[in-house]
Amino acid sequence: MSSRVISPGVSSSGSPIRSLEAPGLRIGERIIKGLLWLAATLSVVVTTGIVVSLLVPSIGFFQQVSIVEFLTGTIWAPGFANPSFGVLPIVVGTLTVVFFAILIAVPVGLSSAIFLSEYATPKFRKTVKPILEVLEGLPTVAIGLFAFSVLTPLIRQLTPFLPWTGPFSIGVAGITVGLLIVPLVASVSDDAMRAVPRALREGAYAMGATKFEVALKVVVPAAASGIIAAFVLGISRAIGETMVVLLVAGAGSPVLSFDPTKGIQTMTAYIGSTATGDISQGTITYDSIFAVGALLFLMTLAMNILAIRMVKKYREVYD
Amino acid sequence: MPKATTGDVVSTEDQAVPTVGVTAALNEDGPAREQTVNTFELHKVNVHYGDMLAVKDVSLDIPHNQITAFIGPSGCGKSTLLRSLNRMNDLIPGARVSGDVLYHGVNMYGPKIDPVQVRTVIGMVFQKPNPFPKSIYDNVAFGPRILKMKGNLDDMVESSLRRAALWDEVKDRLKDNAFGMSGGQQQRLCIARAIAVQPDVILMDEPCSALDPVSTGKVEDLMLELKKEYTIVIVTHNMQQAARVSDLTAFFTVAAMDQTNSRTGVLVEMDETRNIFSNPKDERTANYVTGKFG
Repeated sequence: MSSRVISPGVSSSGSPIRSLEAPGLRIGERIIKGLLWLAATLSVVVTTGIVVSLLVPSIGFFQQVSIVEFLTGTIWAPGFANPSFGVLPIVVGTLTVVFFAILIAVPVGLSSAIFLSEYATPKFRKTVKPILEVLEGLPTVAIGLFAFSVLTPLIRQLTPFLPWTGPFSIGVAGITVGLLIVPLVASVSDDAMRAVPRALREGAYAMGATKFEVALKVVVPAAASGIIAAFVLGISRAIGETMVVLLVAGAGSPVLSFDPTKGIQTMTAYIGSTATGDISQGTITYDSIFAVGALLFLMTLAMNILAIRMVKKYREVYD
Repeated sequence: MPKATTGDVVSTEDQAVPTVGVTAALNEDGPAREQTVNTFELHKVNVHYGDMLAVKDVSLDIPHNQITAFIGPSGCGKSTLLRSLNRMNDLIPGARVSGDVLYHGVNMYGPKIDPVQVRTVIGMVFQKPNPFPKSIYDNVAFGPRILKMKGNLDDMVESSLRRAALWDEVKDRLKDNAFGMSGGQQQRLCIARAIAVQPDVILMDEPCSALDPVSTGKVEDLMLELKKEYTIVIVTHNMQQAARVSDLTAFFTVAAMDQTNSRTGVLVEMDETRNIFSNPKDERTANYVTGKFG
């Protein structure tokens, strides 16, 4: 047995051994990494900026109005000589819109998604899905005008037994917002359902499940996290929707009422109608816009946290 | 759904279906039977996917309470044929079955036959374990629930898990998600799930190809146990498996069709498993089972 020999400076093919050290500094690689980092950080910076710009004037507001008074008061009269800042009426307005929007968007959106993902022929789906995606991007002001000029009179004619008063209705605004978010809910839910493996469907079919049973008891539960995400996206849009609400529910009358036939102000409608050129900086009315904005932000934040928890709890992991 | 018992005599007088040589002599450890009862009788079956002919002119009988194996190279149509036995092919757009597929003498593709009902009688276990992302209990209870079967659900779940030789391993964690189980346990859960709807036949499409040898052994033992109550048809790539578990083996191969230049599966021969492996009639079978295929 010969002892081990350190190989001479020749590689297997006979050429000199090549260096294993880096040939240069790889500057391009570093620049790319930096640019990507910058892009990722930008959204964090912007979000932080939004929160700060909401919070600073809000702090000014809460030095004059107590948080308890703000959150529990039932009279919202910011512009009056003797102003009152109980936010509940416009919170109820927003919640009414969200309620009617969910009432429309969840069943209609989920049904369309089930149809698209489980029943529709590939050809039908190829045609309809892009249309849905275009509908998602329609300017909401156009939808608001349509609702005000067509939907409101139509719903009034269909329900003459309801006590309609005036041209505005928060219920119709909610229905319109619901219709507005149907394409979003349907499209995102459809993507989630189509991601469910075919093998799961076959397992159910092989036991004598019908198409609807497969959709409802296998595909929808397996896609639940994506479907809940779709609902949350939709509801967040409903909470934040301004233009439709301004046009259909009107800007005025911030009264505490659960009557869907009345035109009631929402949080976004208050911000949208108050934040005009007429308002002077530093006044309490000016600061109140930011307080309402901050509350709106907290509401969507709370909803997103709740949704993340629900997704974690009910998620059916399939791989 | 009443299960055909050994004594059932199936009326086949209106079908001129030749019986493959399955005789009483096959049941070495069972009582000799005068007459073989066939669960399936296939006569000149073709399966098309669109314009493509996937399986051509297959005629064979699958006897009651036996394990019948389909073997052959990839693309020979054995899985396709298996899936035509419980109308799973109906779910594939463009799939078309012609010829006669008789289940206890009834044409499975007849106008009055409901594919959903067919699958409650003829269950299926797939290549990759596909438990639902639900608890172990809910997986087994799925079938009885959708079929609204009468009886105590807990009892049905327990007896199905027992028959799938899984009960002792999972009885303390029935509420756990099925995805926490090993691959072999998942596959036995899928078998339990199939048993729970009390089928007559269990079709198995390469049920062990994703499992390790120990799990494979357990599933094979289970199959031998289950054939007392069920008719089993298994597709396998593993020839040792076919030799170990099956009573009958059908060997398929790929034939190049001159006219269409496509590859079509054809049945080469079907016989008792020991004949296929030790004394095949066709040279192609001999080449395949001895590993000289090609």
